[in-house]
Amino acid sequence: MTAIPVRAGPRPPVRPGAPAQPAHHAPPPRPRGELSEAALGALTGADPGEPLRLPSAREAAAVDPLGEDSQLTLYVLYELHYRGFPGVPASWEWHPDLLRLRGDLERGFEDALRERTAGGIDLAAELDALLVEPVHPQDPSVSHHLADTGVWWQLREYLAHRSVYHLKEADPHAWVIPRLTGQAKASLVAVEFDEFGGGRGERVHARLFADLLAAADLDDRYGGHLDAAPAVTLATVNLMSLTGLHRSLRGALVGHFAAAEITTAPSARRMVRALEHSGHGEPGFTRFYTEHIEADAVHEQVMRHEVIGALLAAEPELTADVVFGIQATGLLEERLAAHLVDAWTAGRVSLRVPLPDGPHAGTDA
Amino acid sequence: MRVRLDPGGPLMVEGPVEVELEDGTVVRSDRFQCAVCVCRRSRTYPWCDTSHRGRSHDGRRRGDEGGRER
Repeated sequence: MTAIPVRAGPRPPVRPGAPAQPAHHAPPPRPRGELSEAALGALTGADPGEPLRLPSAREAAAVDPLGEDSQLTLYVLYELHYRGFPGVPASWEWHPDLLRLRGDLERGFEDALRERTAGGIDLAAELDALLVEPVHPQDPSVSHHLADTGVWWQLREYLAHRSVYHLKEADPHAWVIPRLTGQAKASLVAVEFDEFGGGRGERVHARLFADLLAAADLDDRYGGHLDAAPAVTLATVNLMSLTGLHRSLRGALVGHFAAAEITTAPSARRMVRALEHSGHGEPGFTRFYTEHIEADAVHEQVMRHEVIGALLAAEPELTADVVFGIQATGLLEERLAAHLVDAWTAGRVSLRVPLPDGPHAGTDA
Repeated sequence: MRVRLDPGGPLMVEGPVEVELEDGTVVRSDRFQCAVCVCRRSRTYPWCDTSHRGRSHDGRRRGDEGGRER
């Protein structure tokens, strides 16, 4: 038996990690306030072996949990659990002071989501509502807008927004796998296998999206549009990281995943129409969305019948969490849709930083 | 092989699947599970594209854009 050295004291082991593919990985984003200033300052300037001076729980609670500073800080802290940032040592991932700050921000984020959602345990009603397609939606719908009146610069902005998720597509959902058992686990893994290309690297959905970014002449680096993405966009991804990383929120992660898969196929269809209308109907542009029309028609069936069904048969007490995951997804997607459609309808840039070759380049967003 | 018919929805078949169409052409999907359209409304026939879903004309539905067009 090999002796394992026991490390005493507060210092995590320092293992400088060189991120994979540094050339295809954008540097850390710029801060948006005191919280992100402190977190990014630590990651890019401090020693991961030393304790940090970070904003207190009280100071974190004083910042809008859905605002730019909180959401960026959460996104950056979550990123340490994905692929991190070039030049930032991987050992920051488990630094206790960063985890403490993350926990404070997560509490504010989750409270804000719970305050703004109805809750309840009527899962059938939630799913039934998602399974009806409005012909002329009352609330702003990004894919309806883009399919009906969208123009190329708006489509490109949309791709930039969504890149903060699609370049890590299905990664947050992988965290729930060890928290599931039996059929729920088997079926969720089958969906994930499909998301990750069915064993083929060139078909990984994140890769299909990177190919689309490149085709649209956009930065296709991992994290390449993080500075441009506003809090309303980051929040949609932070929800996945929050529910993926917390076993206590596994029901919410499953609810989120199901809601996303159910609503994707029709909106992906409209995205193909939008690309065609803008003169970009070739497979190099449409492949990502055509794949999602077909794939997600399958995934929603598997998520509803096999994953949610089996999970709640085993753990019926998770019903309220599944409902919460669906409602929180709806809430954050509606906020993002309102932001995008309002901006575009008024002829404004929807990103924090205009695309370098967009119609508003060189102006303040 | 296991097949499941979703009420009002597609026929779920374990993949890979080959479907022979009326004109004799054969299309193949190597997905782990395939959703075969039985309502004939799909624009990606023979694969389901969720066109079987009910439509509302009052424009109401919660959570329009999925998290993962997402």
